[in-house]
Amino acid sequence: MSLLTTLARLEAVRSGRAEPLATVRHRHLSDRPMVVVPLTAAGEAGAPLAVLLGTDRDAPRLHLVPQPLNRTLRFDYLAELAADLLPYLEFFGADVEQIEGSEKDPETGEKTQVFRELCADAPQLIVPNSAGVHHLALIGRSTRFRRTVEDDEPGPYPAPVRVPLLGRWLTHLTDRAQVPGSSLLLPMTGLLARHWATGQSHLEDQHLAARLAWHFPPDGLAGAEAAERAESTRDERGQLLHPPAGPATDPRFDEVVLGPAIARYDAATSALAHSTEQRDDSGAARAREAVREAIEQLRGVLTAVLLPTWHDVWRGIDLLRTLPPAGHLEERWTGDRWSYTGHRDRLAAGEPPQPRQDDAVTAARKLAQREREQARLDVQEALDDPLAMAEHRLAGEAFAGVVTEVVPDYDTTGRSPKPRPLVTLRTDDRPHADLGREAHRVHGPSTQKAEIVAVDPAEGSITLRILSGMGRKKEPEPGSLPEPGELVTFTLFELTVRQSAPLPEPDDTPWTHGGPPGAAPGPVPSTSAFDEWE
Amino acid sequence: MNVSTNAPSRGHSEPLSQRLAELRGPAPQRSLNARSLAALAANPGCHRRAVLDAAGVDKSALASRLGRPAPFGQSPFAIARGVIFESRLKADDYAALLEPLRRHLGLPADGGAPLVVPDLLRRSGSAVRADRTAEALAAAAADPDAWTLLDHPLLRLDVAGSTAYLEPDAVVVHGGRCTVVEIKSFPVLDGSADPAKVGAAARQAAVYVLALQHAAAARAGEALAPDPYTEQRLTGSPRLSVLLVCPKDFSNRPTAVAVDVRRELATTRRQLSRMTGIGRLLDALPPGTGFDLAVDEDGGPARSADELATAVEAVPAAYSPDCLSTCELGFHCRAQARCGDRVEQLGRGVRGELGSIRTVTEALAAATATGSGTDEAAERLAYAAALRAEALGAAVR
Repeated sequence: MSLLTTLARLEAVRSGRAEPLATVRHRHLSDRPMVVVPLTAAGEAGAPLAVLLGTDRDAPRLHLVPQPLNRTLRFDYLAELAADLLPYLEFFGADVEQIEGSEKDPETGEKTQVFRELCADAPQLIVPNSAGVHHLALIGRSTRFRRTVEDDEPGPYPAPVRVPLLGRWLTHLTDRAQVPGSSLLLPMTGLLARHWATGQSHLEDQHLAARLAWHFPPDGLAGAEAAERAESTRDERGQLLHPPAGPATDPRFDEVVLGPAIARYDAATSALAHSTEQRDDSGAARAREAVREAIEQLRGVLTAVLLPTWHDVWRGIDLLRTLPPAGHLEERWTGDRWSYTGHRDRLAAGEPPQPRQDDAVTAARKLAQREREQARLDVQEALDDPLAMAEHRLAGEAFAGVVTEVVPDYDTTGRSPKPRPLVTLRTDDRPHADLGREAHRVHGPSTQKAEIVAVDPAEGSITLRILSGMGRKKEPEPGSLPEPGELVTFTLFELTVRQSAPLPEPDDTPWTHGGPPGAAPGPVPSTSAFDEWE
Repeated sequence: MNVSTNAPSRGHSEPLSQRLAELRGPAPQRSLNARSLAALAANPGCHRRAVLDAAGVDKSALASRLGRPAPFGQSPFAIARGVIFESRLKADDYAALLEPLRRHLGLPADGGAPLVVPDLLRRSGSAVRADRTAEALAAAAADPDAWTLLDHPLLRLDVAGSTAYLEPDAVVVHGGRCTVVEIKSFPVLDGSADPAKVGAAARQAAVYVLALQHAAAARAGEALAPDPYTEQRLTGSPRLSVLLVCPKDFSNRPTAVAVDVRRELATTRRQLSRMTGIGRLLDALPPGTGFDLAVDEDGGPARSADELATAVEAVPAAYSPDCLSTCELGFHCRAQARCGDRVEQLGRGVRGELGSIRTVTEALAAATATGSGTDEAAERLAYAAALRAEALGAAVR
């Protein structure tokens, strides 16, 4: 956390309200996002309990597992979830544009023109918090290797047909969510934390309702009190008035509300089994009615516990929509569209599900991509947002000031003289400006490189020699140089991100990294790519 | 799965335990268990927690009386799942538990020396159980060829003048050495588990290892090795790696992972040695301080909430937002930190960043101050404030 963020937090403590950390919106927001609020059953990793989801804030849809320990019911739930979510995920695959590119023939080296499909838009899932992202990843991991009735050997517990497909999509989305600046799957707490500071710690900010209390404190309360109310106010049954955003439920809810409701369902189903065994038709009818009622009751209590969070996520979306979009959003969203298109194509090509563990080359590629995207995100956010640029100025990696003097000068070492004018500016910033260090002009007419030639910290002046971006003639192109009195910003870091060195193909993995996959004598993957369940 | 009870130390005349008992009043002593001992290591600088834990005060009840009850609880589903997993492991003469243990400890396959599972008198009182465990441990360690599994043994550990009883899930003894086995119900997924949960389990297991080290040293009549990182190779000494047994992936099949707990062991030892210095903390308390939560004959509380709050206030706390998830008094201490306008409410990192500035008001005053301050942190704050104002102003324009 930087000092600027700390300052914003301190201000929030004083004002009792959330304070801005950004002047623009740094993440893409879809016109039609799919909000997903999942709940998990306590005690078992990735065991789903319920989910509230939809693209219409007034019409959320609920799916639930009436008995979370029952694997058949869990499959029914996953099948329902797949039937609900997959149409949304696949919808964006239909509308494509053709992007022109070139491909190099590996043997002749000849370049040929190729067209690649790029989906015009992509889906966007929004969950309440990062634990929600983790939960979706667990569901993806637990379902993508399942056998279905359509497989050659379905095994004793085949999953419904579309469930593994859902697992592969969730795996792709949660994997993509690791890429800095990506927007296919976003946690609301993270989105809010990027754009506003509250007067509490990061740990407390993970509680979505408490976070939002700083944005909308009720009854003239200060943020801290409003947040504490959201965290801890309980009704006469000991239930939180504002349930946690999940996916874990409040233990008191499990004990007092959910436990009895599930027990009632269990009792009804065993009564049904008993009367069916006894061929007692009227008893079976009564029991069926009891099962239906038990499920209705469960739907009621789960909806009640999910709805506050559902509305919180939408309130968060409203808040984010009040900010103007940042300039580089479109470019980063295009990256997300490529990612979506790529996964669509891999599914269409019948590729196997993502492996449990990446091979060395894939892992290195992913890591390199994330590092590159992080660097790109930092630069783009700084260019789009003066508050983000202020972070770099505070860190001494950038400086802004008013131009006081522009002196023409030339490089006469070559055959024809080249313009190398000197620009002096007055600044209050204290950059790590060593003489000879390269600087880059922000928001100039074209990319412009300069070199620091003189620094006077007492006067607050810095002189730079402009090296490029002035045209090819002897005199600089008109308008290519800043004028005296103009406010300019220079950074000490490059404004474009360099490509990292290429990585080898998986088949050429060096022995230091385990050699090509498959050749390694390591543990043979279990009998098949499928998981066994007991 | 840590049931443990506390009993007064055998050395009754110790003034320290008397003073702690006076602080607590007539309320029953809250047991120190491996979990609460391990939690101390999470925030070593907190005198408040050290005193209350040493005195055995029920912090949960205290928090309720102070008006900010602890939000902790465990879901009945989670408890049920843990019990089911452990009972599955122990079914059929520990068949499911032995499978992963075999691989890790080199237990003989069927036909080797048979596994001995002594009866540890689990239905008896703590003192009897602990004596029985010590006896079984000594017998098992004396025979290097035998394989012994102690199921829920009860270990003693002297902490700040009173005896804590600790109950590991299991201890395996072979070749004169023992290994702590901790059963947890969080999964190991594709070879890795939630680091936070593994860390908590390791801290807890380190307390068991320490208790076993003390027992082995006492049996051999030697002192505990001064360096916690060196393994003391006495008869019956514990190994410094413990075995964590967890469900594998999404199944109920167990898998065992060896976890090196030397670092946790060092922290715990340092922490506990500080607790024996608790006398100094007690000396600093004003006379008449007490945390008596009992109710007297006519139903009124022995001490009012205000009196309790004053008593709590008399012991300095080291609040950080992490406390909210580890300490019952977290919400109370947070409210105090907010009342006191202290910067800790924003997190440990913030406090480090602001140097000598301790309150929010001071920090904001430094941010708006003009002129050159002498304090580096204050100067940087003023610089940051100027940049922030400029950036926000530019956005408005």
